[in-house]
Amino acid sequence: MNKLIRFLPLILVFALGLVLYRGLSLNPKDIPSALIGKPMPEFSLTKLTDESTTVTEADLKGKIILLNVWGTWCVYCKYEHPYLVDIAKSGRVALYGLNYKDERIAANQWLRDYEDPYVFSIFDESGRLGVDLGVTAAPETFVIDSNSMIRMKHVGPIDTRVWQDKFLPMIKMIENEQASAQVSNQVKGMNSDD
Amino acid sequence: MINSIVKSIILILFTYVISTSSVIASSVDTYQFRDEVTEKRFNELNKELRCPKCLNQNLADSNSPIAADLRREVYDLLHQGKADIEIMNYMVERYGDFVLYRPRVNSLTYILWFGPAILILMGVLVVVFIIRRKPVERKEVELSKEQKDKLNALLQEQQTKDKK
Repeated sequence: MNKLIRFLPLILVFALGLVLYRGLSLNPKDIPSALIGKPMPEFSLTKLTDESTTVTEADLKGKIILLNVWGTWCVYCKYEHPYLVDIAKSGRVALYGLNYKDERIAANQWLRDYEDPYVFSIFDESGRLGVDLGVTAAPETFVIDSNSMIRMKHVGPIDTRVWQDKFLPMIKMIENEQASAQVSNQVKGMNSDD
Repeated sequence: MINSIVKSIILILFTYVISTSSVIASSVDTYQFRDEVTEKRFNELNKELRCPKCLNQNLADSNSPIAADLRREVYDLLHQGKADIEIMNYMVERYGDFVLYRPRVNSLTYILWFGPAILILMGVLVVVFIIRRKPVERKEVELSKEQKDKLNALLQEQQTKDKK
């Protein structure tokens, strides 16, 4: 017992060292989003391409919705752009854009110069919707399910690796949930037929 | 004569320091406040809220666009008549506990809030334990006859040496 107490400081120092060593490999910029599991915030803004059309959260339709925050001022948005085009073409998700703190003319030019992967882009010049979504910079991408619940947020650009490691597991999870919900609904329907 | 020149130089330097420091302290954007209390609350809130993009700056310190946006939110919420706590909640709902420089007390932050106190308590307990531990008992042992004789012999030898 006495011997154990003698070693106690050494053990404590090692424990502290381990904790601090773990801290070295953590990214302090990795801030968990406060909006996971919460519904998509309400908004009423114009479409980027058409300033006379107002869109709201009800206009984001799809089984799985990806909301990509972008801006012409954002360097990494250009980097992730080809990946977004591929994702939109795959048809597995509905990709919407949130044009964040940008100029309408420049942003529309950007979409013409490259390619517009979005169903439509919401024009958020003041960054108000950005604040409601807890956006800190672009690019950021939200995964939203058909109940308009925010399921995941990714800070930084999307590329093949991020897509496979982070997005696909979440998308598969939501797809499975939706499939099982459909089955249980069908079972309910059959029971009510009897 | 020289004295008065030195004095005026010091005065000029002093006013310069004062004026520049007040320029640094005021934030970049210009807001009109309906009264002084609102302005004070605005400044206090901006000191308490952390810029979500920058790791160690509050809203008042940071020049990043997101900090400017959040200062505007704070300003708008204040003028909508929201209480400080409501504004704090508004920010936490959007940016999480990260935006608070003084984290709230919850199961995640118990160790942060009470850890130091517990460590001090442990230290005090250890000190008390050490102080109150009974000292090792010292028994007085009588010298045996042989040892006494030897001691006397040694002392006498020393005395004869000293006399010489």
